[in-house]
Amino acid sequence: MIVSKLFTQVVLILFLVLTPSIISAKNAPSITAAQIAPVNSVEDEFDVNEMIMHHVKDAHEWHLWGSEHKGVSLHLPVILYDNGLKVFSASHFYHGISVLEKDPKTGEKHSYLLGEGPAEGYALFHEKIYRLSEGKMHFEDGHPHNAMPLDLSITKNVTSLFFGAFLLIFIMFSMARFYKKNGAVAPKGISKFLEPLVLLVQDDIAKANIGERKYKKYVPYLLTAFFFILLNNLLGMVPILPGGANLTGNISVTLFLALFTLLITVFSGNKNYWRHIFATPGVPIPILIIMVPIEIIGIFTKPIALMIRLFANVTAGHIIILALISLIFINKSIAWSALSVPMALFISILELLVAFLQAYLFTMLSALFIGAAVEEAHH
Amino acid sequence: MDLILPDYGLLFWTGLVFCLLLFLLAKFAWKPILNAVDAREQKIHEALELAVKTKAEMQLLQAENEKILKEARAQRDAIMNDAKETAVQMIEDAKNKAKLEANKIVESAKTSIAMEKTAAIVDLKNQLAGFSLDIAEKIVRGDLSTDAKQKALAEKLADDINMN
Repeated sequence: MIVSKLFTQVVLILFLVLTPSIISAKNAPSITAAQIAPVNSVEDEFDVNEMIMHHVKDAHEWHLWGSEHKGVSLHLPVILYDNGLKVFSASHFYHGISVLEKDPKTGEKHSYLLGEGPAEGYALFHEKIYRLSEGKMHFEDGHPHNAMPLDLSITKNVTSLFFGAFLLIFIMFSMARFYKKNGAVAPKGISKFLEPLVLLVQDDIAKANIGERKYKKYVPYLLTAFFFILLNNLLGMVPILPGGANLTGNISVTLFLALFTLLITVFSGNKNYWRHIFATPGVPIPILIIMVPIEIIGIFTKPIALMIRLFANVTAGHIIILALISLIFINKSIAWSALSVPMALFISILELLVAFLQAYLFTMLSALFIGAAVEEAHH
Repeated sequence: MDLILPDYGLLFWTGLVFCLLLFLLAKFAWKPILNAVDAREQKIHEALELAVKTKAEMQLLQAENEKILKEARAQRDAIMNDAKETAVQMIEDAKNKAKLEANKIVESAKTSIAMEKTAAIVDLKNQLAGFSLDIAEKIVRGDLSTDAKQKALAEKLADDINMN
């Protein structure tokens, strides 16, 4: 009951919210083109790649509605560590002057935003902050050659991360409070919906892959990872303010999660695990010379696969939906919405499944790797 | 290209938030939730075991009850039979006693009737003797004057006697 209700709500939200985002996206290219002065006919065109990348990547602002730089958006705090801590609002970039710089080799023109006030001496190019040298940015082969300060800004993804964390704490604490208050009774409300998921992680993921005797220690990590990924996947599917950031589709996030799994695996690896890597029993020494490097690479490829799988799946989903919506603007005809909206809706629903599936897969494979690391010799 | 390059800022914040989340959830959410679920599982397990045990006990109890009931029934039947027999016996005894008494009463009545009859006969005889004497006296005093008279009187007396 709850699941179906939640499901219809999510679909409804998706449907309602996709419509305004279409409108805002429609206005975006023309105004941007007008602002960035030098006009050639190509820049007038709706740039699908630019639009999609803008939505999928991190930003220092949270765009709400209206066209880029002229519409309404939240400017998020910038925190730089560059000879001391510097904290200021990103509006000092977004309200700054847009500068065009010519690439000396390719002749390509790059536009970047010059920081003003506290942001003076820095520039924002493709949502990344660079330190100006000689008062400007230098490009070579299409890439900026300026130094980058350590950027600890509260970006769109970090904001979403905080929001997701608070939401997760709120949900789980209220669930815990239910059990504290009512003792060992049948679950009700949110607990009824979440308990099967908690038990799925505990029993089918942790216990099944790590083993009856040792799984308990790893359950908190697996549960946290599962719900962290699931919730942020779902938040990423919501196109308006609290959601919409492509957090779990960001390589930094999946890198951290994979790193955590790697560290757990390495630190809980027992003698049996390391012997299988460095001196696999029953393998002659000449073959071991080949085997050992492969096994060592294997330690790292497993979490790298985890990292890429989650990142690629979530980002791909976002790209497909955005690409389908873009069909309308590429063809400049509202009639295309008859095709692109149902297809985007279909992919959105598929993404809901993927959101759960990827959370499950990440946790399950983490448990599998941990299970291999703590497995006792049985031959 | 920068899509697949990690960003140190986000990496830092993810690490911080995730570690805090792990700590807080492990301490204040996962532990109580899993403990409660475990406790409930234990409770259900115990309840099921108890139910099986109780069922067996109930069956035992029922069998015992039936046995007791059967015994009670048998006892009741025995008591009823005894009572019936006793009642019949008592009635029989009473009847016999009554008959005996009645016979006794009849007997004594018969005896007393007989005695009374004898007494009456004796009395009558005595009176008769008196009458005879009276008559004889009368005859002797009056009518023994002639032979004929004597004879007629004698005959008359004899007739009277015979008539009596």
